[in-house]
Order: sequence, then C-alpha cells, then structure tokens
Amino acid sequence: MSMSIKDHMSSKLENNIQDELFKFTTFDEAAAEKTGYSDYSYWKATLKAFSKNKVAVFLFFVMIGIVAFTFIQPYLPNQIDPNLVNNNPLTYMPYRNIKPGDETFILGTNSIGQDLWARIWAGTRTSLFIGISVASVEAVVGITMGMLWGYVRQLDFILTEIYNVLDNIPQTLILILISYMISPSVGSIIFAMSLTGWIQMARFIRNQILIIRDRDYNLASRCLGTPTFKIVIKNLLPYLVSVIMLRLALAIPGAIGSEVFITYIGLGLPSDVVSLGKLINDGRELMMSADLRYQLIYPTIILSIVTVSFYVIGNAFSDAADPKNHK
Amino acid sequence: MLQYLAKRIGRSMISLFIIISVVFILLRQMPIEGYFSNFDKLSDLQIQNGLEQLGLLDPMPVQLFNFWKELLLEGSLGNSITYREDVPVIDIVVEKLPYSIKLGSMAILLSLFIGIPMGTLMARYKGKFFDKFGTMFIVFIQAVPAAVYFLFVQLYGTLALDISLLFNEANPKSWILPVISLALGNIAYYAMWLRRYMVDELNKDYVKLATAKGLSGNKVMFTHVFRNAFVPLVQYLPSSFLNTIIGSIYIESLYSVPGMGGLLVQVIKASDNNMVQGIVLMFATVGVLGLLLGDLMMTVLDPRIKLNKQGEGR
Repeated sequence: MSMSIKDHMSSKLENNIQDELFKFTTFDEAAAEKTGYSDYSYWKATLKAFSKNKVAVFLFFVMIGIVAFTFIQPYLPNQIDPNLVNNNPLTYMPYRNIKPGDETFILGTNSIGQDLWARIWAGTRTSLFIGISVASVEAVVGITMGMLWGYVRQLDFILTEIYNVLDNIPQTLILILISYMISPSVGSIIFAMSLTGWIQMARFIRNQILIIRDRDYNLASRCLGTPTFKIVIKNLLPYLVSVIMLRLALAIPGAIGSEVFITYIGLGLPSDVVSLGKLINDGRELMMSADLRYQLIYPTIILSIVTVSFYVIGNAFSDAADPKNHK
Repeated sequence: MLQYLAKRIGRSMISLFIIISVVFILLRQMPIEGYFSNFDKLSDLQIQNGLEQLGLLDPMPVQLFNFWKELLLEGSLGNSITYREDVPVIDIVVEKLPYSIKLGSMAILLSLFIGIPMGTLMARYKGKFFDKFGTMFIVFIQAVPAAVYFLFVQLYGTLALDISLLFNEANPKSWILPVISLALGNIAYYAMWLRRYMVDELNKDYVKLATAKGLSGNKVMFTHVFRNAFVPLVQYLPSSFLNTIIGSIYIESLYSVPGMGGLLVQVIKASDNNMVQGIVLMFATVGVLGLLLGDLMMTVLDPRIKLNKQGEGR
C-alpha cells in the first residue's frame, strides 16, 4: 500500500514541474551582493584593530626604521669599521674616549679608540639577529611539537613527562651550562637559548589543540576525509595566531636580555663580535666616571627602544588578532 | 587528598632524580682543566693519573652511581678544586647562604607590600591615571632586560645615597639597593597578575550580586574579589620566594654580595667544576621544590580544587 502512495505522489510531482525554474538566468552582480554577503576579513579586521593602538603603530614604524637602518648603515659614506682601533695619524696614539659630537666619531669612541656609532649599529644587528633567530626556532619547533603533542594521542604521555623535567630546570641555568661547556659563538648562544624556549610554546599550543581538535567543524572535516595535515594548517593554526605572535614578540626581548646577562657573567660572545650585551658590559665598567657614562647610556637607549617596542607591538598585535576584539 | 599529595611528591622526586642525573652527565662534559688547580704545570701522565684518581675515566653509569652514593650516604657534593682548594662544596655554600636568605626575604617582603596594593589599586581604578602609570611601570620592567635597569639602579642609587658601589655588610644603607633591585621584578609580576585576575573576577556575577545587595565598592573589592583573585597567584609564591632567597646571580655579583648567586659567577670564572656542579644542582633542586610547594599551597587554599579526581596539579 505504501508503494501506491509513493507512486501517486511522484506522479503528482511530475505533473507540477514548472519548466521555467529550470532555465538559465543571466548573471546579475547586484543581486549576488544582496544575499549573505559580509565584508569581514580576518586579516583586515586584525589590521584595523591594531591600527587603533596609536602607540603600537608608532613603535612599529620605529622598529622597521631601526631594523632597516642596521642593514643600511654599513653602506653609508664615512662609516668606520666597528672593530677598527682608530689611531691619531700624527701621534700614532689611539683616539681614546672621545666625547660624542666629534666630527668623525658621532657618538664618540670607547676606551680603546673604536667608533661607538658603528659599534652600536653592529651590536644592534647582532642582538636582533640572535633575538629573531631564537624566536624563529621557538616558533618552528614549538608549533610543530605542540601540534604533535596535542594531536597524536600516543605522544601525549612521553612529551608531558619531558615537559615536566625540562620545565623544572631554571632556564638561566641551562644557558649558563651550555655556554660553559661549548665555546661561545653566535650559533652556540642561539642554540642554548632555543634549547628550552620552545617547550612553553609547545605546551600552550598543545592545550589549545586539545580544546579545539574535537569541535564539530573539525569532526566534520575529518568525516569528509580532509587530510590531517590540512586540518592542522587550515582549521587549527589560524586559531592560534594571536598566542603565537605574542610569544614570539616576547621571545625577542627575552633573548636580547639573556645575551646581556650571559656576557656579564663572562660567557659571552668572542671579542670580535660586537653585541649590545658587550657594549653595555663595556660601558658598565666605566659608568662611575660621569664623563664616560655615555658609553653605557647610548647602547642602553637603543636596547630599551628595541625591547619595549617588541613587547608593546606583540601585546597590541595579539589583542588585535583575537577575533573576540573584532567588531 | 592524601593520595594526591603522595602522587605529586613522588612525581617531583622522580623529576628531581632525572634532572640531577641529566645535569650531572652534562656537567661531566665540562673542560677537564676545571678539575685541576694547576693544570698548566702538569704533564699528560699526571693529568691521566689525576683523572683516574677522581674517577673521571670510569664509564658514565659508574660515575653517576658513585655520585649518587656519595650524595645520599655521605651528603657530600665533593670538594672545591680551584676556588678554595679541598674545602667541601657544602661548607662553602652554607657559609654563603645566610646573605642570600637575608637579602631575599627582605626583597620578597618588600615586593609583597608594594606589589599587592599596587595590583589591587590598579584594578580598582582601572583605566584611570594610577592604572596607566602602573601599566607603564610594568611594561618597562618586563620589557627592558633586568641586566640593564639594575645597572642604572646601582649607578644613580649609589650616587643618591652617597655610598660605595659595592655591598658592605656593616653599612645598613648598602642593603637598600640590592633589596630594591631584587624586588622590582617581583613587584611588577605580582601587580600585573593580581590586576589581571581581579579584573577577571570583577566581571563575574557574584560581584554584581554583592553590589546589588548594597555593599560598598571597597568591601566588595577586599572581602570578595581580592580573596578569589589572590588564589591563582599563590601558586607562584613559593617559586619566587625560593628563587629570590637562593640569590640572584646577577644582583649579587653586581654588588659583590658574598652570597650564593655571586658565588656561581665566581666559580664559573675560576672554572671550578665541582663547585659549578654543586651549585647548579642546588638551584635545580630549589626550582623543583618551588613548583611542588606551589601546587601544594593551591590545594590547601582553594577548596574548589579537587585534585584527586583530576589527578594532575597543573
């Protein structure tokens, strides 16, 4: 009996088909705009929210200026090699502790006659390189490990145990140990700082992944046969942009500060590599005489600008990248 | 509860065991010069004999076993080599520790007395002048490396107080600057987190209820919000306390305070392997202990945390 009802209904439907509903229409752009269109774009909204923070925007441009200038500076005319000991051509004595404002030495010279201006920019270059390298390693290793940790259930136990051990050792100690064991170079300092930095990032990513990996839209993706790699890249990573950017922006000032510290305790870079840590340490030895204090103050100013900028930009960007703050 | 405590303490012990072993093995890779006080004058044969006598040519597991045996049975971390020849490491540390503890306790008290009111007031007057001023202070302290602003505290502090650059136990004025330097970071840390937790709490329903009942703003703030906001902070207190009293490496050597932190820098410069090993292991132990105590204090203070069900502290 049910069969007959179905037959009856389908025949009724067939009779009611209106041919005009199955004809092609011409494309009307205005009509397409009418339905379900929103001009929301994640990155546009992020940029808009970020640009509202005037201080951060200002510091962002300052930062770009500084980074660009560290690269441009050696190619400008009349620049002096940062490691060159400048001698007076008449007396053959080095130009020691020349005050800032000199014609050749804009920011003066240090106690053995090296040009402070050139040293500050070379030092900024080294320190920024260390900071950005450490942050990049932290990003790549931290994100990869965090994804694996959160996504692959079998790895959870072993990685959690590794985390418990590593997290218990103060980071300063690892830095000191590694620098004590291997002779210091830019590479070894980056290595020592990266050794532990990634673990905090990985833990954060792991916790976030655990929260969102089984949400409905991810479940749907899995059911539809989306490869895991694509789920991770397309569904999970964009969620974490805000957190990742914040940690990266804070890793840079952290690494620059660690370099200052490790130089102070005598495990810093070799003497021909100029870094902000070395300049500040050289300046520290002279700081009690008011005349020579400029050798401490100038490197400090540039270091403070760089670190505060990264800190403020990082915080502002991570707020802006959080969709909750988008209007 | 008891089951949780036993589990948590057991886990810390295992962590500690692994950490000490790993650090020990790492430290045995140190340059061998650090095992002799007169390395340059020794012939190769003497060096070999010396290493053998110290047991450094044994396979690593044997060395590790001997180290643990000595540590657990005799409570010994070996003798100093170059720093103060043949004096047990522990004796040297015990001599240095009181300075670090005194300075550290004063610094922690100072930072609690300033940091907590500061965080509370910042949350109370959120967005007003004091909040903005405090935020600026926190950003500065957090962003600028401590290694840098400590120098300026030392430089202008000693000029202002008219004292010498270095620490002098007899002169009470010379305690002021190291204590302030030690406290600065903690003040910013406590103020920042307390403000954040309090602002979070302020948006909750029980605060609205309390206000609706007619309680005054201050009463809501101090009897309701503060107590709830302070709990998450408690977890970090033991860690920061222990880390501060065991001595800041940087500040102590900056002011030449004869404490633990300064000692580490000195023995690194003297490349005294046994001393480095002993002090590093002590710092690591304190790190583990701080996290353990933090978790335990949380369970005692916050009745909402039922750890035996969850099985994990953090």
